[in-house]
Amino acid sequence: MTTDTVRSASAAASPARRDLLRLFALETKYEFLKLWRLRAFSISTLVFPVMFYLIFGSSFGRFTSQGLSVAAYLMVTYAAVGVINAAVFAFGAGVAAERGQGWMMLKRVSPMPPSAYFTAKTLMAVMFSALVLLALTVTAFLLQGVHLALETWIALLGTLAAGVLPFAALGLAFGYALGPNSAPAVLNLVNLPMTFVSGLYIPITQLPPFVQHLAPFLPAYHFGQLALAAIGARPIGSVAGHLLVLAGFTAAFLVAATVAYRRDEGRTYG
Amino acid sequence: MTYPPTPTPVAELRGVRKDYGSVRALRGVDLQVRAGEVFALLGPNGAGKTTSVGLLLGLLRPTAGEVRLFGGDPRSTEAKVRVGAMLQISGVPATLRVREHLELFASYYPAPLPVARALELADLTEVAERPYGHLSGGQKQRLHFALALIGDPDLLFLDEPTTGLDVAARRAFWQQVRDFIGSGRTVVLTTHYLEEADALADRIAVIDHGTVIAEGTPAEIKERTAGRRIHAVTRLEPELVRALPGVVSVERNGAALDLLARRAEPVVQELLQRDPSLSDLEVGGAGLEDAFLALTGGSR
Repeated sequence: MTTDTVRSASAAASPARRDLLRLFALETKYEFLKLWRLRAFSISTLVFPVMFYLIFGSSFGRFTSQGLSVAAYLMVTYAAVGVINAAVFAFGAGVAAERGQGWMMLKRVSPMPPSAYFTAKTLMAVMFSALVLLALTVTAFLLQGVHLALETWIALLGTLAAGVLPFAALGLAFGYALGPNSAPAVLNLVNLPMTFVSGLYIPITQLPPFVQHLAPFLPAYHFGQLALAAIGARPIGSVAGHLLVLAGFTAAFLVAATVAYRRDEGRTYG
Repeated sequence: MTYPPTPTPVAELRGVRKDYGSVRALRGVDLQVRAGEVFALLGPNGAGKTTSVGLLLGLLRPTAGEVRLFGGDPRSTEAKVRVGAMLQISGVPATLRVREHLELFASYYPAPLPVARALELADLTEVAERPYGHLSGGQKQRLHFALALIGDPDLLFLDEPTTGLDVAARRAFWQQVRDFIGSGRTVVLTTHYLEEADALADRIAVIDHGTVIAEGTPAEIKERTAGRRIHAVTRLEPELVRALPGVVSVERNGAALDLLARRAEPVVQELLQRDPSLSDLEVGGAGLEDAFLALTGGSR
């Protein structure tokens, strides 16, 4: 064979371009479908919050907390739980599983821009956030007559969607540090106590004082307070303060994720 | 007078060493893969084949030495869009369908194959709408192959592609590889089956303990590895047998001796002459492990 018939020469001569917008769209579409079809994920993210609302929302509905009816309070915080679950599991369990399978390795070898992988997971978690808020809004309206003005609802959705970021970072840190089999169990062990202590299952004001003192050390508490503030709750602490703490948590989790990633880099391929 | 330029190797390891902590995976390896050839890295498990592929794909960084792909950095997008890889992976997400996996990976490349063509080449058309989790082992392996070729690569990596497949599936896979590569495509294949390297490769490098111990065409390699295994119950001492011409190695197992020889006939003749009471004589082809012994002169 002579070199001029070799494909490498001809391929380089006509540089075709790939459609990056389509690439990101497909990555997001299939990230969403991948998890939507995984019942363990879609049920725990979408069905559980609604189920908890049916149980607790109707039992505590007539009380108030931070100036909100508990019916409205729990609608917001169960949506926050759904957002946290979606972000933590998509990034934590997802990254751990995809590393374990070798799918991640295949993507690292492919010319996929790494940002596509993370953008897709983030957008997927935002889509699940919108779905869980929609489901809870309908449930709360039908059962408890809770209704929000459209601009309030949009502000709440925006806050919830932004909340994907710190918990995606948390998930990422665990996803690179844990093995594919242990990740889901460990994340449950972290998520449940964190969301409970943060006043997302039962209003923070109803929790024992020592739990109330513990809550500010957890990112879920600050996220919950921001979401409640979005529909006009009487805030505990300032919005700026909560934002600052969440930004700090996000940065710390990203640093931890980077360290875990570096440590892992030489290992998954032996 | 002008000379034609020396063609740049498609893939190259130059004096590469790779350590994992205190473990030496590669101890100074030089390899050149030329455009248009099917190059096989042949060796037993743990020899350093997968490490070599990991370096060429930019998954690993060498401890020392230089790695080049298309004359440049293997981590660059320019290199990656020209490469396809079938790696040793346990799976891809189970809930996505065959067609969906291919459509997604196709979007990463500037000039991919049509999904229908990739399905056809990997014999997956009939299961295109099936989720990955519902595929048989052989079908999964074929999807991994389809994912490697969807980008219409100039250079295709096949890292132990037929491990775990039965003989018929292995043969069918070789045919699919031949159909796809046609002419002008470059392939780097790693395998621990001499038969596989022989069936596909233009050139073979035998690697063992992190070093290339032989390089040549399949015919040359086979010539050098065409050892014979001889088994017999005999009272002869192993030391004496080892000294016979053509004997590579000797091992005593109870009353019997197992030996490896370059050719069986002269050795058997010699043995019978020295021990007429010799019994249970068996002569067989040497496996790859034996072939490595022959190549390294029994130094292990």
